Amino acid sequence: MNFRRIWNSDLAYSFRRSPVAITAAVLTVICVGGALLAPWLAPQNPFDAASLDLDKAFAPPAWVAEGATEYPLGTDDQGRDILSTILYGARISLGVGVAAVLFALVLGVTLGLLSGYLGGRLDAVIMRIADVQLSFPAILIALLVDGVARVALPANSHDEIAIPVLIFAIGISGWVQYARTVRGSTLVEKNKEYVQAARVIGRPPFAIMLRHVLPNVMGPVLVIATIHIATAIITEATLSFLGVGVPPTKPSLGTLIRIGNEFLLSGEWWITVFPGVALVLLVLAVNLLGDWLRDALNPRLR
Amino acid sequence: MTNAPLLRLEDVGRAFDVSRPWLNRVLEGASRQLLHAVDGVTFEVRKGETFALVGESGCGKSTIARLIVGLYAPSRGRIEFDGVEISDPQAKSATAKIRRRMQMIFQDPYASLNPRWRVRDIVAEPIRVHKERARRVGGLAADGTQIAVRVAELLRQVGLAPEDGEKYPHEFSGGQRQRISIARALSGSPEFLVCDEPTSALDVSVQAQILNLMSELQSRLGLTYLFISHNLAVVSHVADRIGVMYLGRLVEIADAEELFARPRHPYTRMLLDAVPDLEMSGRQRTPVAGEVPNPLSPPAGCAFHPRCPHANDRCRSERPNLIWHGETASACHAVEENRI
Amino acid sequence: MGAAPAMILEVKNLKIEFPTRHGTLVAVDGISFSIAPGEVLGVVGESGAGKSLTGTAVIGLLEPPGRIAAGEILLEGERIDNLPHEALRRVRGRRIGAIFQDPLTSLNPLYTVGEQLVETIRTHLNVGAAEARHRALALLREVGIQAPEARIDHYPHQFSGGMRQRVVIALALCAEPRLIIADEPTTALDVSIQAQIIQLLKKLAREHGTAVMLITHDMGVIAETADRVAVLYAGRIAEIGPVREVIRAARHPYTAGLMGSIPKIRVASARMHAPLVQIDGAMPRLNAIPTGCAFHPRCGKSFERCRTERPEPRPVGSNLTACWLYDERTAAPA
Repeated sequence: MNFRRIWNSDLAYSFRRSPVAITAAVLTVICVGGALLAPWLAPQNPFDAASLDLDKAFAPPAWVAEGATEYPLGTDDQGRDILSTILYGARISLGVGVAAVLFALVLGVTLGLLSGYLGGRLDAVIMRIADVQLSFPAILIALLVDGVARVALPANSHDEIAIPVLIFAIGISGWVQYARTVRGSTLVEKNKEYVQAARVIGRPPFAIMLRHVLPNVMGPVLVIATIHIATAIITEATLSFLGVGVPPTKPSLGTLIRIGNEFLLSGEWWITVFPGVALVLLVLAVNLLGDWLRDALNPRLR
Repeated sequence: MTNAPLLRLEDVGRAFDVSRPWLNRVLEGASRQLLHAVDGVTFEVRKGETFALVGESGCGKSTIARLIVGLYAPSRGRIEFDGVEISDPQAKSATAKIRRRMQMIFQDPYASLNPRWRVRDIVAEPIRVHKERARRVGGLAADGTQIAVRVAELLRQVGLAPEDGEKYPHEFSGGQRQRISIARALSGSPEFLVCDEPTSALDVSVQAQILNLMSELQSRLGLTYLFISHNLAVVSHVADRIGVMYLGRLVEIADAEELFARPRHPYTRMLLDAVPDLEMSGRQRTPVAGEVPNPLSPPAGCAFHPRCPHANDRCRSERPNLIWHGETASACHAVEENRI
Repeated sequence: MGAAPAMILEVKNLKIEFPTRHGTLVAVDGISFSIAPGEVLGVVGESGAGKSLTGTAVIGLLEPPGRIAAGEILLEGERIDNLPHEALRRVRGRRIGAIFQDPLTSLNPLYTVGEQLVETIRTHLNVGAAEARHRALALLREVGIQAPEARIDHYPHQFSGGMRQRVVIALALCAEPRLIIADEPTTALDVSIQAQIIQLLKKLAREHGTAVMLITHDMGVIAETADRVAVLYAGRIAEIGPVREVIRAARHPYTAGLMGSIPKIRVASARMHAPLVQIDGAMPRLNAIPTGCAFHPRCGKSFERCRTERPEPRPVGSNLTACWLYDERTAAPA
């Protein structure tokens, strides 16, 4: 990795000059860093039932009258420190979000590549499935998959497989955008002479798809994936808010918002507001970064 | 020059189905539409020579190139390389072995190299593929150092430096990229190169460099070229024999000297007349009539008759065959009847 | 050269720059030429020489960050390079016509040919609809489209490539411009059609007294069409003069090399397969233009002065040549 070359590249230059990109990047680093380092940063492990003290439930944030500094953002109904739950919850949200995006990316890019390069009936079938799926909102698809899993899989394993099922559900609801984009780019690249040259040399179709076409169609995929992470996090939050996402023993930011919602009108506002703000900041940061990336890569794509 | 034919095409044809989608056809009552890009072409290329296929856009010369290297399969006819048939879509592995003896150079230097690969990988690809196949049938394993040495040698042969192997295609100009394409084509040690308009996208001074290079490589390595171009002046410099194409058909085949001195077919004469007069001799040009007709509905009989000053009724109804007079062939009733 | 009729186009010391984050790139570096009424000036050069940019600058369509850094462009004696947008737009349509390379994208596919012609005529000339249509028909006839009454209401896609280019020429002529800029007008056409379009351009220039700036990389087209030709190299004029003189008796080593490297059909077999004259190397990139004469690294005849001082075009015989070879001797033609 030649760092000097990267620092001097057009992309890095564009980044350095964009205050939005730098702010977004910094924010993302804070959120992601906080989530990753949760066990060391958090004052308390909110998932450890033994460390909870029900006496301290509903403690307000530290700067309000009855608050205590050991719970800087207050506690919830079970005595969990809000700051800790945010850090641990962000971990879940980010983990699920990134994993779902990776799944959707691999599935979508593979199907798009096969569809665009091989064409014919395979292309027609894949694209019709994609079209049908696009007529349903992503949330509904995720709900559907989740619901089916709940019914189909044994009840007592719910908690362990809830997160993998969730990742699968969110992933499967989002593969279409990758497939379509990659298919379009593949159709363009397929007709270029370097692909024909590879065929003349005698390489089999799968080798050509993997070694020649794939590196050239990945550009837009990166942009889609970055923005998709934000969408995936929101989707997970929505599902958790609706109660069908992560199990209650491992609350994500969405779960926290749901829990806190019940207490919003009775005065314990901090239980829902702080996780909400954290979610908004995380999603905003990733979105802005994705937007900048798309614009920065665009002139070169043209 | 030993004159055994290295490549032979016999009544080769290729049609593309350009019909509208099935539903539209049913609703509009339209019929299938076939585009006969190549319509019954027969010729040979002899070992060691440069055979040029010349014609304007849409005449089918590029399609023939792709039929020969196997990018398309012919709709009819037979293609033989060194006596072995290579046009049979069923005999894939046998033809694959023969096909390794031929390679192709493409027109667009900006699209013919994978922008994400380093030059050394681009040039080494044929060696790696062939060694892989050799390994699977019990040959030697591909050796990294041997490949690197060969790549360096190839880059030198085409006028580049061995260090250029580390770079990416976008760091090179059009002419240099064509050199890389040539190096890639040569790396599998082929005997036969199909060159599809290799210099049409290059500036004239760069074109001269590449044409000189190709000529030098041909005599050094004993290559046979099939050279495709729309530019008669370029062809006059490189070709030993020339085939002129119009709307998917061969209208004339002759030795280069003979073609330029005594063109037979009216279309050949028209093409020669249309070449701009750089000698500024003030030559009078007969005005050129009409344009190339729609290839989807070619004229009946001789395809050239609407634009031909010598067309008669026979030309309008009967398609002329390619008839040989010694070393020259032409597909023209007027020539056959000695009218011109 | 003698007393010339009033020039339609005069370009004086034009300099076009592109500011980039790596520094300013000079794409056209001080070129000067003029075109008389009815004359066809060929501007020839290889890719990167700056010929298309020159044409774009004259029309006034130079896109930022490119800008005219120095020099003047005069149309019939008045400066047009420093006009505000609106005034330039009016000049562009009325007094300058443009023909570009790709006839498919020069015409709007959604309007018939007649509608586009009539709209242009009515925008620039004060005539009614019926009169405009009459003129459009006359123009179509003039550019060689048979039975124009039938074809005037066709859409561009219903014409073949050569016919479309004729329509584009008609469109360029309909406001009765004084100057036409043609940028590679025949490159996308088959060689038999090229010849037809070339003849048409020449005839129209003569008959209408329009000045034509013909930009191309194809010397053959220049030989058949142009009266004078300017050879560009790395943004500078290497040689400019009557087309016969430049082609048959090129003074500048680059022009000579260029002419030598063009394949020509020779019937005598001994010369047929002789190697073409080759100029080693390539045109320098904009960020690496040599000091002194831009051609000196590739020139077989360069000497010390070529490396340090940049030559300006000076009279050598009937041409203007930018080469120190002709300063060392007395002004005798080569």
